[in-house]
Amino acid sequence: METLERILAQHQFFKDLSPEYLTLVTGCASNVRFEQDQNIFRVGDEANQFYLIREGRIALQLFSPDRGHITVETLSEGDILGWSWLIPPYYYVFDAKVLDVTRAIALDGKCLRRKCEEDHNLGYELLKRFSSLLEHRLETTRLQLLDLYGVRS
Amino acid sequence: MASVLELSSDRTEVAASPMLPRPFVIKKVRRETEDTFTVELDPREGRSRFEFLPGQFNMLYVYGVGEVPISISGDPAGSTLVHTTRAVGAVTKAMAELRRGDVIGIRGPFGTSWPVAEARNKDVVFVAGGIGLPPLRPALCEILSHRESYGKVVLLYGTRTPSDILFKDELEQWRARFDLEVFITVDRASAGWRGNVGVVTTLIQKAGFDSRNTLAMIVGPEVMMRFTTIEFIKRGVNPDSIYLSMERNMKCGIGLCGHCQFGPVFICKDGPVFRYPQIKDLMVKWEI
Repeated sequence: METLERILAQHQFFKDLSPEYLTLVTGCASNVRFEQDQNIFRVGDEANQFYLIREGRIALQLFSPDRGHITVETLSEGDILGWSWLIPPYYYVFDAKVLDVTRAIALDGKCLRRKCEEDHNLGYELLKRFSSLLEHRLETTRLQLLDLYGVRS
Repeated sequence: MASVLELSSDRTEVAASPMLPRPFVIKKVRRETEDTFTVELDPREGRSRFEFLPGQFNMLYVYGVGEVPISISGDPAGSTLVHTTRAVGAVTKAMAELRRGDVIGIRGPFGTSWPVAEARNKDVVFVAGGIGLPPLRPALCEILSHRESYGKVVLLYGTRTPSDILFKDELEQWRARFDLEVFITVDRASAGWRGNVGVVTTLIQKAGFDSRNTLAMIVGPEVMMRFTTIEFIKRGVNPDSIYLSMERNMKCGIGLCGHCQFGPVFICKDGPVFRYPQIKDLMVKWEI
């Protein structure tokens, strides 16, 4: 049976993380499953978790009274869901709704924050990885904003 | 200087002149989206099939209005010549008004083609952005008709909104195949859309290809193609195995007029399909 530690070690996000830190991170991890149309979190919820999606699809949404639920991005296998656990005041700013049944590894943000405070090297390792993730999301969001496929004349 | 017509009295040679449009009759017009349509054409004289290579384009002449370069979007093995375009300028808007039985002029085919032979025994990833799907379709049809000669075949397709998705029926048929993976994403979702949302580059990591043995064919806006290429290279695909189809203001179609000059190359003659290293440095120069 695959252990959580092995699954985390094989994921791109934790690639080359030292075994010692991997064990620390695994101590904050658990397997979770979400059913179709379930809300994993909603805007304003306390952000105490992030998720490594193993299977399934999730929509990041905002609700607008005149347009309803607007999906701004979808995430699927291999993606990381949620970084609000890392940034004060630790509240989610989007809704996360399950499109297809999803299996994921949930990582306890409070647990990780505590471990990062105790060991700043671990904190730096995680911040480097999240910075890279944020950079990628920012880049793709900027491309989305360009409206590249719009009519030019 | 003698004109093309004066150079030869032989009708066949004159008809084959790259500067002389041949009349084609519209057999069918199909509306793909609100502003995009497909025309199926047959030569007015003779019943010979229109031979072309996937990725090539024609100059389409709407009599009395003007001429525009449009990629061929049909199956190379098909019986009719097929073009899909967006009604965006004077000529294409006039073309959108044409009906079955109307005649337009065709010059071509022009330009380089997709490397379908080089792709044999490799995984093939097609990436189309917006109106970039039609120029890829002939290559995809060709590969699907010789499916056993290729590894994994994946189509990644990004559009602006769900209502901008082209070839919806065919996409459904492609999705139903077990030997082709199709991923579609939109930049802006409408209510009720349960598909993917995000730029097409985000699909590359989902495609699951063997990066050491993959050939990528990309068509779309240049910015999209640049970021798509970066993503492929980041994932270990050899830059020599990445091909892009470029678009410029093609006029003559044979590299004489210079309208489509792109640094040292002419898009109409040296392209439109280029191997990425050929144009890598040019793509980031906005001065040219």
